[in-house]
Amino acid sequence: MRILVAIKQVASRDSQLKVDAAGRWIQEADLAFEINEPDAYALEEALQLKEKHGGEVIALSAGPARASQTIREALAKGADRAVHVEQETEGFDTLVMARLLAAAARTEKPDLILTGLQSDDLGYGQTGVVMAELMDLPSATIIMQVEKLDGRIRVKRELEDGWFQHIEMPLPAILTIQSGINKLRYATLMGIKKAKTKEVRRLTAAELGVDTTPVAARERIYPPRRSKQTVMLVGSSREQAAQLAEKLKFEVRVL
Amino acid sequence: MSVLVVMEQSGGAWHRMSLETLAAGQELAGALGRPVAAAVAGGDVGALASGLAGKKLDAVHAVEHELLANYTADGYTAALADLVRRVAPSLVLFPHTYQVRDFAPRLATRLGGVLISDVVRVRVDGAVPVFVRQLFQGKLNADFRATGPAPHFISIQAGAYRAENVVAGTAVVEVFHPALDPASIRGVPAEPFRESARAVDLTAAEIIVSVGRGIKEKENIPLVEDLAKALGAELAASRPICDNGWLPMERQVGSSGQTVSPKVYIAVGISGAIQHLVGMKGAKTIVAINKDANAPIFEVADYGIVGDLFEVVPALAEEVRKLRRGA
Repeated sequence: MRILVAIKQVASRDSQLKVDAAGRWIQEADLAFEINEPDAYALEEALQLKEKHGGEVIALSAGPARASQTIREALAKGADRAVHVEQETEGFDTLVMARLLAAAARTEKPDLILTGLQSDDLGYGQTGVVMAELMDLPSATIIMQVEKLDGRIRVKRELEDGWFQHIEMPLPAILTIQSGINKLRYATLMGIKKAKTKEVRRLTAAELGVDTTPVAARERIYPPRRSKQTVMLVGSSREQAAQLAEKLKFEVRVL
Repeated sequence: MSVLVVMEQSGGAWHRMSLETLAAGQELAGALGRPVAAAVAGGDVGALASGLAGKKLDAVHAVEHELLANYTADGYTAALADLVRRVAPSLVLFPHTYQVRDFAPRLATRLGGVLISDVVRVRVDGAVPVFVRQLFQGKLNADFRATGPAPHFISIQAGAYRAENVVAGTAVVEVFHPALDPASIRGVPAEPFRESARAVDLTAAEIIVSVGRGIKEKENIPLVEDLAKALGAELAASRPICDNGWLPMERQVGSSGQTVSPKVYIAVGISGAIQHLVGMKGAKTIVAINKDANAPIFEVADYGIVGDLFEVVPALAEEVRKLRRGA
């Protein structure tokens, strides 16, 4: 089975974010970047499926040159090769992003495409589904289990409030993977060494013939306004704890 | 420039967010001075559609087909694409549910548009709607405008609008039978199920101590367990903690876990991503303990402590025990 995994590089989770001067995006200069966490679970699922059924795992990412670090990490974890659509993607909407990824994916003719259910930065939660429509493939979202059958797959989809549902569909198909579906592996030293020799095919939007004009414009980003007047408790840890215990007793009245 | 609200039902009952989205649609249509209609799809939605006849709407579209009796992404996409092409609204609103996330991006793509998802607020700026949504797990907000040709697709976050603000009136129900080809429906869904009976009912708890990524390691969980014990509270967690198996899934609060509204919710080392907030923002009092002063959890907190949870939490357990003994 040839499995393609679409991964995204995002600002690391603990980043202190500052809005840039134009108010359009964040200041990237001092940030560290990492793989989008749900995509890490998608990659792990692909690696486990390959270990069980054979085939190959191809990592696909669209992003600027810095994304090559995240691609290398995917190769170090066990992806066989990678495709990098080397492209500044800031300001792209879901449709443009999915067009790029779908165009690149078509060149690989995968049996299965996996990606995370959403990104930790933009959080649109749509890329996999839009790719599926563009490629005329069946899809299922928020997947907690993947089982390969003969020419088909059976997946466990998470519903709300603790409910689940199994769905069967023909291959090729696209799945968006929920965090926690599996246990992530670390790259081994051997893996890191091997990654250096693995193939990374580079493409651009122009080469793929993709129109990058967005139809949904992000005009401005800004820190959210607080909806509540938060009483901040200050002092040493002990003083903070003592104040909070007092509040819980005399204001909230639960002690 | 009309507004169409696509509501979600299962087994003849509304999804709780459907009426919130209807309220959003009515408010937005009012601000734009445009008509608003509602749609509901399923095998037999006559009773639900009739219920909407008592709301202030220009039309109610009952989208019925035997192939819609069980939800499939392909079936819903085809049926609603057919309806949207016929009604030709300029804005299509959905509740931001798991089901909507499964098919609405596909529907928008099929009709040449983009879904602006998980919108928390809409304002009208010179007769043009501006959609506010969160970025970076709630750390930043962003304003979006739909720039391409209509229709534009929007999904509305849980709790962003209030169901009780739906305006009553009258509406005409129109039944719409979409053209559906059984061969175009590729997914075969089985019956929904629950993994096991839920042993922990967090919804009944008066006090909840909830733990997030800030706890760093499984070995540190007893720290918050002890605080919960001191407070007589239930222990809960954000999703990553349950994903890691540090606490059982049934203790998870958030969009994929339980929705709680206790007297007090103490969030320990939880940054406050929206998926978590939707599960607990109904709490009467929210306390946040986090090392990052910019964590979005402080936006909903009544009391906040910026500090080291490894110091604050044991000290708090001790102070609580002291006050309890004194009482």
